[in-house]
Amino acid sequence: MRGSPPGAGPAPVITVRNLVVRFGKQTVHDGLDLDVMPGEILGVVGGSGSGKSVLMRSIIGLQHPAEGSIEVFGRSVGGVETMQDKALTRQWGVLFQGGALFSGLTVAENIQVPLREYFDLSEDLMAQIASYKVAMVGLPAEAGPKYPSELSGGMKKRAALARALALDPKLLFLDEPTAGLDPIAADGFDTLIRTLAETMQLTVFVITHDLDTLHAICDRVAVIADKRIIAVDRISALAQLDHPWVQDYFNGPRGRAAAATTMREPGRAAAATTMREPGRAGTAGPDPQDA
Amino acid sequence: MSAAPTATPASASVTLTREGNRLALAGRLTISHAQALEQDLAAALAETQGPVALDISDVERIDTVGAWLIHRLLRDRPGSTLAGTSPEAERLMAQVSAADTPCAIRPEPRPFLPRELERLGAYMIEFFRTTGASLAFIGITLFTAARVLVSRRGFRWNSVFIQMEQTGVNALGIIGLMSFLIGIVIAQQGVVQLRQFGADALVINLVGRATFRELGILLTAIMVAGRSASAFAAQIGAMKLAEELDAMRTIGLDPIEVLVLPRVIALMLMMPLLAFFASVLAVTGGGIFTWISLDIPPATFVQRIREVVPMSDFWIGMSKAPVFGLVIAVIGCFQGFQVSGNAESVGFRTTLAVVQAIFLVIVLNAFFAVFYSQLGLN
Repeated sequence: MRGSPPGAGPAPVITVRNLVVRFGKQTVHDGLDLDVMPGEILGVVGGSGSGKSVLMRSIIGLQHPAEGSIEVFGRSVGGVETMQDKALTRQWGVLFQGGALFSGLTVAENIQVPLREYFDLSEDLMAQIASYKVAMVGLPAEAGPKYPSELSGGMKKRAALARALALDPKLLFLDEPTAGLDPIAADGFDTLIRTLAETMQLTVFVITHDLDTLHAICDRVAVIADKRIIAVDRISALAQLDHPWVQDYFNGPRGRAAAATTMREPGRAAAATTMREPGRAGTAGPDPQDA
Repeated sequence: MSAAPTATPASASVTLTREGNRLALAGRLTISHAQALEQDLAAALAETQGPVALDISDVERIDTVGAWLIHRLLRDRPGSTLAGTSPEAERLMAQVSAADTPCAIRPEPRPFLPRELERLGAYMIEFFRTTGASLAFIGITLFTAARVLVSRRGFRWNSVFIQMEQTGVNALGIIGLMSFLIGIVIAQQGVVQLRQFGADALVINLVGRATFRELGILLTAIMVAGRSASAFAAQIGAMKLAEELDAMRTIGLDPIEVLVLPRVIALMLMMPLLAFFASVLAVTGGGIFTWISLDIPPATFVQRIREVVPMSDFWIGMSKAPVFGLVIAVIGCFQGFQVSGNAESVGFRTTLAVVQAIFLVIVLNAFFAVFYSQLGLN
């Protein structure tokens, strides 16, 4: 646990109070409260259509809530003017589900977009920043001058992560970071997020369906159900929670399998840089060929 | 930006002090101050030679950009030493030095001649491939039509009627308005020019002959190409991306029969009707203009139209319409089938469908003009 337990000392990075979001007559959130503490990796889970992405979009000011207050770094966030508040938007990086890289720019240029927008740095320095960010997210140097359409899904996500981290934000939003990746690539991405969060001291807000991701990287997990956050806790504690959706989710066959994997490999989350043997990547059990 | 104790306002909260080859940094080594920091460091390095001793014990905050600048300094001045690193700085320094692999920002431009030759070659290959594929597509469509005709199984008239509504009935408003305005403009321009010869009454000939034979049908075809060729390409393209076409084939439905034939038949049936409707409204627009500006009453106008517009004009116009409808529908559907990969390709193919459909309609129209004039129908 890197994050401090809530209520202890530091002020939350994100404070959401009594959030109400409506689309026409449909209410997505009704009185939602959430605190995200500095330095923690908070996972957000919920069924399809429960409004996980809507919550993220509300926090970063892309969605105007009907009621309630949202504060990020102590500053109020609310709809249109949030996007104009550059001192605030500079503090966070967002990784959208599809990557949302600008298709007309190369990967390196994509990383430089926020740099150019906010700062007046020398071309040399910007080229170097783009280069080390490319390497930091685990992309080969050849990926820098490539266009997004030339990259695989996993590389696109890494490139998008590099752009999200271009300004060295304190707060990182990830929307389904491992969706659409194969298990090996997803594992690698989890490890990458964990490592970067540790070195760059990031607070991470991650929406995910991926139980392995939850077990591997999240300090705490918030559950959205019945239009609000019904619990925020460690996974082990959540699994005890008496709520039908939570029980199905964490104690269903997939939930148990993910939990078991984590237990068998206790060092998995921490073993950031250890590479698995290429031949057995993904196989947790003993290899029958060995016998 | 927080206020830091410093006397140099230029670099608000990062300060660099130099004594000989000893440099000391204080304040915030973050991206916000990177510009000042880079300049300060460059200035200090210009005045020193050989290794430097850098002290960063008074640094309040550091991020990867600050760590990078320090890493760069140590790298470029071999033998330099660093003191006073916080654990955080150490971690970041390790991170950026591990990531010190320069990469290009843009792909390297290739030499002009081979690049252009390759583009030309690729274009030619693509051109012939598309031409071949579109001929094959027309062939498949005709073959399917013949098969449906022979097998006398129940044909999907339902989808034909739906397509007729979408491509025809729903287009009435926009095509009517466009034709009406074009009619007014032709009459107005005609009056201005013909008046110079005192022949302004001849504007009725101009409006009548131009619309029924050429403009009514051509403008309708262009409008339908913009409306329906794009719609066909986008609909079929989106279905192809969603693997709906593959699903159809596995169930035993032929996408050509289910999707293409109804669209082709519907458009071939609707084009003459739309063209006639457009011509009538263009003539109406011209008639209203001549009524207002030349005081020619509507009854006289209609009488004159019947005298000056030969029936052949009408038949020539109507004979072109189904051909244009066929071309527009086939190109729209063909481009829809060419969609592959991602959503971007739907947009590309849709644009291509409209451009090609309009182009072919205009070319065919020119052929028709030559053909009918050779037949002596002027």
